[in-house]
Amino acid sequence: MEAIIGEVVAKYNYWIYVVLMMIGFYAMIGKRNLVKKLIGMNIFQTSIILFFVSTGVKKGGGIPIVDKYKALASNIDAATIVNPLPHVLMLTAIVVGVSVTGVALAVLQRIYREYGTLEEDEILEKLQR
Amino acid sequence: MKNLALLATLVTGALLLYGTKDFPAWGDPRDPASTYLSPYYIEKAIEQTHVPNIVTAVLGDYRGYDTMFETVVIYCAGMAVLSVLWRKKEE
Amino acid sequence: MRDINEHTAGEDLIIKTSVRLMVPFIQVFGLYVIVHGHYSPGGGFQGGVILGASFILLALAFGMKASQEYMTVSVNAVFNNLGPAIFVGVGVLCTLFGGLFLDYSALDNLIPLGVVEWRSFGIFLVEVGVGVAVMSIMVLLYWNLSSGGAMDEGL
Repeated sequence: MEAIIGEVVAKYNYWIYVVLMMIGFYAMIGKRNLVKKLIGMNIFQTSIILFFVSTGVKKGGGIPIVDKYKALASNIDAATIVNPLPHVLMLTAIVVGVSVTGVALAVLQRIYREYGTLEEDEILEKLQR
Repeated sequence: MKNLALLATLVTGALLLYGTKDFPAWGDPRDPASTYLSPYYIEKAIEQTHVPNIVTAVLGDYRGYDTMFETVVIYCAGMAVLSVLWRKKEE
Repeated sequence: MRDINEHTAGEDLIIKTSVRLMVPFIQVFGLYVIVHGHYSPGGGFQGGVILGASFILLALAFGMKASQEYMTVSVNAVFNNLGPAIFVGVGVLCTLFGGLFLDYSALDNLIPLGVVEWRSFGIFLVEVGVGVAVMSIMVLLYWNLSSGGAMDEGL
């Protein structure tokens, strides 16, 4: 029992991201309103971003901005600075997320202009007619 | 239908939680993500580019190709919104 | 350019006055974040979003017409294309001076500053391109989404 609790405490960050992902995933496949699906997709995206950033953490590590002259004079120990690579990847992923949200909102506006509703089953009914 | 969605969500979540069993603990300095490529960036970036912010150095120089297509992606998003929503001004 | 107080559309006096006071500082801060990306948290993406947010704030407080007097639709279209063009242009310039694509140290053949200094300065040029692109695309997205594509009257 103690082993399981120790396991959960050491990896509680992954549990948080999985729960966030489940909320977003349920909103994407369970809801019928297209705007709610979009909000679910954003929550899903947030969980992925948090997961990536958390893989870069090192206990006791500083921020990846260092004193230039000190760094040129002596080599930096890689264990004292957090991993910058996930930060770079997620910086671009956040901007892609904004673009995706913008395009999705534009398509939703167009759907509303065409069909007068954003409920999935009502749109399907109008399509079949 | 809603129950089916809930079931699918719970099954996916359970599989992912099972998968975390093999993951490294939070903040472990010896996990694979922080031993494979990033020590090279941390140790060499200042020397090779003279940029104190390592994130900017990696973003602009080592991964410049990634960032370029990133810019193209947001450009395409703007053009897509423009072409989807375009209509004449109502005088 | 007309005085911004002439616009009757928009919110009440407190919001208008505070937005008019805040916008210049927000824009200076956005430029600072872009330019200072080498030495502090920041860079093209973050500074571009801050600059875009200042125009969105103008559009929210004074109406869309007022924000389009400070950045017209055609200027915005020029910026949309200028941002990616700066980025790709720097990359192509590197190939023309005998390096690989986006290898900024090749620009040393153009102006001899030193190889490492050119790698630092090339990052800055690229960040400016990213900042211009992000700023104009954010404003374009807001204009289009809030007015349903007509880009005249919105929120």
